[in-house]
Amino acid sequence: MLTRNHLLAGTAALVALSLFGTAGAQTPIKIGELNSYKVFPAFLEPYKKGIELAVEEVNAAGGALGRKIEVVSRDDNGNPGDAVRVAEELLSREGASFLIGTFPSNVGLAVADFAKQRKVLFIAAEPLTDKIVWDSGNAYTFRLRTSTYMQTAMLIPDAAKLNKKRWAIVYPNYEYGQSATAAFKKLLKEKQPDVEFVVEQAPPLGKIDAGAVAQALADAKPDAIFSSLFGADLAKFVREGQTRGLFKGVEVFNLLAGEPEYLDPLKEEAPEGWYVTGYPWSEIKTPEHTKFLNAYQAKFKDYPRLGSVVGYATVMSAVEAIKKAGSLDQDKLIAAASGLKLMTPFGMVEYRPIDHQSTMGAYVGRIGVKDGKGYMKDWRFVDGKDALPSDAEVLKMRPKN
Amino acid sequence: MSFASIIIQLLNGLAAASSLFLVSAGLSLIFGVTRIVNFAHGSLYMLGLYGAYSLIEALGRTPLGFWSAVVVAALAVGLAGVLIEMLVLRRIYRAPELFQLLATFAVVLVIKDIALFVWGAEDLVGPRAPGLSMAVEILGKRIPAYDLLLIAIGPVVLGVLWLLLTRTRWGALVRAATQDREMVGALGVDQAKLFTSVFFVGSVLAGLGGALQIPREPANLDLDLSVIADAFVITVVGGLGSIGGAFLAAIIIGVAKAFCIGIGTVTWFGLEISFSKLTLVVEFLIMALVLVARPYGLLGKPQAVQRVAADPVPPLTAPSWSMALVWVMLLVGVPLVADRYVTILLTDIVCFALFAVSLHFIMGPAGMVSFGHAAYFGLGAYAAGLLFKRAGLPMEAALLVAPLCAGAFAVVYGWFCVRLSGVYLAMLTLAFAQISWSIVFQWDSVTGGSNGVFGIWPSAWLADKTTYYYLALACCGTGIAFLWRVLFSPFGFALRAGRDSPLRAEAIGIDLRGFQWAAFVLVGTLAGLAGSVYAFSKGSISPSTISIGQSTDGLIMVLLGGVETLTGPVVGAAIYTWLRDVVARHTEFWRAVMGGVILLIVLLFPQGLVGGLKALVFRWQERQA
Repeated sequence: MLTRNHLLAGTAALVALSLFGTAGAQTPIKIGELNSYKVFPAFLEPYKKGIELAVEEVNAAGGALGRKIEVVSRDDNGNPGDAVRVAEELLSREGASFLIGTFPSNVGLAVADFAKQRKVLFIAAEPLTDKIVWDSGNAYTFRLRTSTYMQTAMLIPDAAKLNKKRWAIVYPNYEYGQSATAAFKKLLKEKQPDVEFVVEQAPPLGKIDAGAVAQALADAKPDAIFSSLFGADLAKFVREGQTRGLFKGVEVFNLLAGEPEYLDPLKEEAPEGWYVTGYPWSEIKTPEHTKFLNAYQAKFKDYPRLGSVVGYATVMSAVEAIKKAGSLDQDKLIAAASGLKLMTPFGMVEYRPIDHQSTMGAYVGRIGVKDGKGYMKDWRFVDGKDALPSDAEVLKMRPKN
Repeated sequence: MSFASIIIQLLNGLAAASSLFLVSAGLSLIFGVTRIVNFAHGSLYMLGLYGAYSLIEALGRTPLGFWSAVVVAALAVGLAGVLIEMLVLRRIYRAPELFQLLATFAVVLVIKDIALFVWGAEDLVGPRAPGLSMAVEILGKRIPAYDLLLIAIGPVVLGVLWLLLTRTRWGALVRAATQDREMVGALGVDQAKLFTSVFFVGSVLAGLGGALQIPREPANLDLDLSVIADAFVITVVGGLGSIGGAFLAAIIIGVAKAFCIGIGTVTWFGLEISFSKLTLVVEFLIMALVLVARPYGLLGKPQAVQRVAADPVPPLTAPSWSMALVWVMLLVGVPLVADRYVTILLTDIVCFALFAVSLHFIMGPAGMVSFGHAAYFGLGAYAAGLLFKRAGLPMEAALLVAPLCAGAFAVVYGWFCVRLSGVYLAMLTLAFAQISWSIVFQWDSVTGGSNGVFGIWPSAWLADKTTYYYLALACCGTGIAFLWRVLFSPFGFALRAGRDSPLRAEAIGIDLRGFQWAAFVLVGTLAGLAGSVYAFSKGSISPSTISIGQSTDGLIMVLLGGVETLTGPVVGAAIYTWLRDVVARHTEFWRAVMGGVILLIVLLFPQGLVGGLKALVFRWQERQA
């Protein structure tokens, strides 16, 4: 039986709930952050540390607009449905001023669309998908990370220079791998019209049958391989390929494989001579990076991963946007973020007005092995603005709104 | 493919099959005897890898160190299995069928976070097997020596298991229990000990399967769920409880995958087909084909009817509509007093409630467990999104037409499914769900592939969150009320008759298959409605709405609330969604906390929350009387 007491108790509980979230005047500025912490912990634990460091530094320097800042984090479970829900919670219950974060492409794109609907600023931290700023770009979404297209384009000069005819391709079968492959084929073909793509393997993410894949690639007798594998798939592919002699006399290009997150687990088996994009954290001597590195190591007694830089730079971008806007009004924030310039551990970046992509660059180099550990050698920094397509091409892809 | 490539890919397939066989054999053994759908089996496999990694680091990378690490890891995992059995499962053997699944699901969550805590987030690449790190040249191609060893280990383990099962007293008991476990109990065999020992052997096999993979696969946190689906498929394709069948199925699937990769991309009649991409779903395609042709798997036998596995299912009590009205009024009142987010969370809960009630309809009263119920939820969501975005239908029309599309799929899938029973039926529903998922995942030009579909927002007059919540409440509330009403119509009674005694039901002239098929279509349509409402509340949909995870969530909600009650699924959906929201916000290791809470509920309320509360009330009333 439902009694009056039940009803009263229920109403009281609802009233109590509704009282949450009323904010005082001098409370910190809240920035809502969401990410797939439990799905991609290897990348996102260092990322979270990067966020903590940034918040600490910003607040030590007096915060923004005379208020401290606070980053409220939520786990989106790697699922767009949950992500939209926690995004809504961050905005309506936590009173977050706007959103930052996300990792997988599908979550990033869903939150970007949500931001457009809700008319709030969203700075996508990590999703690599080109669509988030191009085909599905919108006025409210900005993206920090060097995108799939950009990282692929950075490898193209080396690939074209080798002038190899027969290329084999292997990629994880989802958005990131598919668009990396498409970009690579298109860009290399432009530079080297006679190139031939002799075999293509698309194993499911996290479930590569490495022996069979290595064998299938070897059967096609390629001169070079382009791979966008990472994580456990990469480790399995490297081991099987080495045992089976797949890489003998074959040049290999692998996106992301120089990132400590994916390179370090390989230890002494790190594949020597591969062309990769990544983060040679111990060798970058620019003042902005040294400052970041020292602060990070002092705080966490650990070295930064690429995720740490992304987390750190995302929060810094958010804070700089607030400062430039001089208010938390969404229109002003959007206007401020467009064309925003700031210093990151990777140098100056700009959020381009044309497509809201940041010009954050990446390090390109080759893998070497020293003291039983992989590292990046012969590396160089490529500025993001030099790895983007022409403005005309960008305008053609990006919807007008 | 040249002859040499064919041979090498065959060997690759056999090597992959070996480990899968060990895991599946353990699963099959445990299921055969205890009838437990052990979700945690993949976690045991994962622990095998992590354990072997740590032990090798401790014992040194020598042949002795390596092999003793593998054996010790397998035995340790066996003990972990025993712990799970004794601490959790033993207490709930008499709970309704499948309830143990809920417990093992909670164990998965807990083990995953324990592994994260102990071993950290980074992948751990183990050493190669000392002495076997080189490759062997066969027909001019190189294959790792370790793979050849793995190929040999499969049949050896099969032989040992066969000897154990046919030549020992323990094996005789296991076989007897697999056939008729009540009879074994009646003959005075200590079931608790038998179950524990079976769990030990099954877990050792999972642990061994994992430990042996250490030179081939880095220990990482995704292994548990990625291996469990494969293991279930192999167990079912081979025939539940049949070790030989599992061996055969593992080889078929392992080799099929290797050949899909080996064949790569081919062009037939101008059409480019990528067999490499087929690896996403090939095991489920094989399972669907096998089950359609052989309803009990390759070497399985019809399951023995369980006589008293649990107390008979109590009759459902008809819903009290006046009570429901009070609840509806409360729910209508919420947005007036609560903040915006409560409304949004409630919209989620309302969608999931209809999803769970439709699943409960089919698995409870209709007696057909579905492991792939997300198919209809997700297809409903996709239909809504595509009708709106691609076909240009008005949002309101898309919302209402989408469920019919989901229902149309249920017409096809259901036709095949009702021909099976028990776990075989459940796995066929999973196969269809996975096939749907993989098509949605791959068909970029229509479904947006892995990214999904965006920009599916409700019309302006529904855009306000509160208004949309009322719409969701109206749609899903009507759906739930309708399903409950149907349960007490002659159609509903006929379904329950079919569940409790198919023979008698058919003898009195009920066209059982026809009724069950109709039930499939009905719940498919309503799950589609839930998905369609959900899609417009999110503004986007992605393949995860059709994934195994979504199907599992549905099962968890139903079981949590209580499968033998009417309102259980609604309560389960509410509690589960709310818990996840709260726990994920407040704790870092929220998965372990979530698992712990579910375990607590499982142990305290073996009939589910609503079932348990009802039993308490009943006992209290009896004492009063």
